[in-house]
Amino acid sequence: MTVALANSRQISVRHLRALARQPYWIAVTLVQPIVWLLLFGELFKRVADLPGFTGASYIAYLTPGIVVMTAVFANGWSGMTYIQDMDRGIMDRFLVSPASRAALIAGGLGYQAVITIIQAVIIIGLGFAVGARFEGGLGVMLVFLLGAVVLGAAFAALSNLIALLVRRDESVVAAVNFLLLPLSFLSAMFLPETLMPGWMQAAARFNPVNWAVEIGRQTIEADVDWALIGTRMLYLALFAGVLAYLSARAFRSYQRSI
Amino acid sequence: MTIHQAPARSVEQKSTGGFAIEAEDLVKSYGEVRALQGLTFSVPAGGIFSLLGPNGAGKSTTVKILTTLSRADSGRATVAGHDVGRQPNKVRRAIGYVSQKSAVDPEATGVENLTLQGQLYGLRGAPLKQRVAELLDQFHLTAEGGRLVRTYSGGMQRKLHVGMGLLHRPSVLFLDEPTIGLDPEARAEIWQEISRLATDEGLTVLLTTHYLDEADRLADRIAIVDAGKVVVEGTSEELKGELRGDTVQFEFAEPPNAELVNRVLSDQDDAMSEIKIDGRVLRARVGNGATALPATLAALTAAGATVAAATVSRPSLDDVYLRYTGRAFHNTGNEVPR
Repeated sequence: MTVALANSRQISVRHLRALARQPYWIAVTLVQPIVWLLLFGELFKRVADLPGFTGASYIAYLTPGIVVMTAVFANGWSGMTYIQDMDRGIMDRFLVSPASRAALIAGGLGYQAVITIIQAVIIIGLGFAVGARFEGGLGVMLVFLLGAVVLGAAFAALSNLIALLVRRDESVVAAVNFLLLPLSFLSAMFLPETLMPGWMQAAARFNPVNWAVEIGRQTIEADVDWALIGTRMLYLALFAGVLAYLSARAFRSYQRSI
Repeated sequence: MTIHQAPARSVEQKSTGGFAIEAEDLVKSYGEVRALQGLTFSVPAGGIFSLLGPNGAGKSTTVKILTTLSRADSGRATVAGHDVGRQPNKVRRAIGYVSQKSAVDPEATGVENLTLQGQLYGLRGAPLKQRVAELLDQFHLTAEGGRLVRTYSGGMQRKLHVGMGLLHRPSVLFLDEPTIGLDPEARAEIWQEISRLATDEGLTVLLTTHYLDEADRLADRIAIVDAGKVVVEGTSEELKGELRGDTVQFEFAEPPNAELVNRVLSDQDDAMSEIKIDGRVLRARVGNGATALPATLAALTAAGATVAAATVSRPSLDDVYLRYTGRAFHNTGNEVPR
């Protein structure tokens, strides 16, 4: 068990080190969410004037949404690393070692979690700088960060699963675009639920992205609804658990096919 | 189990009666393609054993099954005394696997590659550091250890890859086409290292190759694989010895009359056999080529068949291959290196 934990950490470090060696990639990873925050912040500014919008400012409303969106997309590309490792033969080398399959999966997810947290902290800091205030306090903020990491892990696991099953990067790109964009817009990321059509509100209730957005929204409320946070965290954990299990199973399917 | 984890390797494999690898009736299909069709062979402990065959014969598939990477549809196999299907983790600890793909991480340094490899096998701390230094030294990569692997030449990457396969001191090493795509110099260096491992370190090496000269030069025993089966197995000398005698080749000025030359060649004191005519070229086998040649040439000339050139050669693995698969090796779509 301790070896498995150490192995996960060592694999996370492998990815972080590779990332640290690509300054351009780091720049894009950091700048992109900033662009989203400022762009969407301007684009949808007038939303705050609409009847039905209850909140202090739109930028405060938007900031948690951009944290979630960034977590979803950054993690959604996780499968590309798997494809690269499969093409290079690195995946096979790992699978022939006695390292546990769980450690191989957790290593990649751990790396993704670090990236998610760094990006979230930057977005929240920037949101604060341009006027967003998080009345919920530090406790809610930490729970929200955890929620973003769990949601991200779920989509990373899904992306890895697709990679292991189809083994083509085009397919991962297609699946990510097909799935993640609609899921993002089917949530209260940019607009409150009350402004959505009825069917969309219904769909959003079952949308994992929206669960994380709902937790995020609590960070700007002075009066925190901990019951809502609790249930949404539970849903997210279950969702991530199922996908992590399925991606572990996908290793078997991959090994049968090689 | 204990003997395979001990730092010093043990050549003996008591549990399997001296065999490091035993594969029995392995079958594996990928959809419609039947990659293995009842492949069986045994590898004695110690020394180099080669699976020789053209691309697509089933060599890599066999290695993937024996290294626990893939699973056979049926059949059974043991490696270092452990069943690959039922005790995959014990097999994994006992073996090193150097796949055909480079499998090194180009975005990490040589030291980082070796270190992570060791960590995956549960090594850590000072002993791991020492082992990494040892392997860099052994493969003459000490100076490049701190450089990113993507700056390495193909030969250096392959050496690092072999080093990674040896890091945890396995008792059985699988090398899948270890010199494919390498320049002659790097090839010679890898060959030297493989020989050294088998002789000095008592390792059992399973080497797959489609290079006849590689198998001939390195392997103590060779199994020729064709269409998912082992067609013949033995030492290089045994395989060639079974062919009995030499190969003679005549090149005629014009395509000869088959009936005529067949009669002439069979009438000789040292009669030629397995006569095959292909255009102007005739190949046959004879007990002693050197003594049979002058008389045969005279007889052919007397019969009116003009011989432009004649050669005698000792049997080669190419001849062995031809005999057991019915095809000349160079006709199987393989590149044949110098």
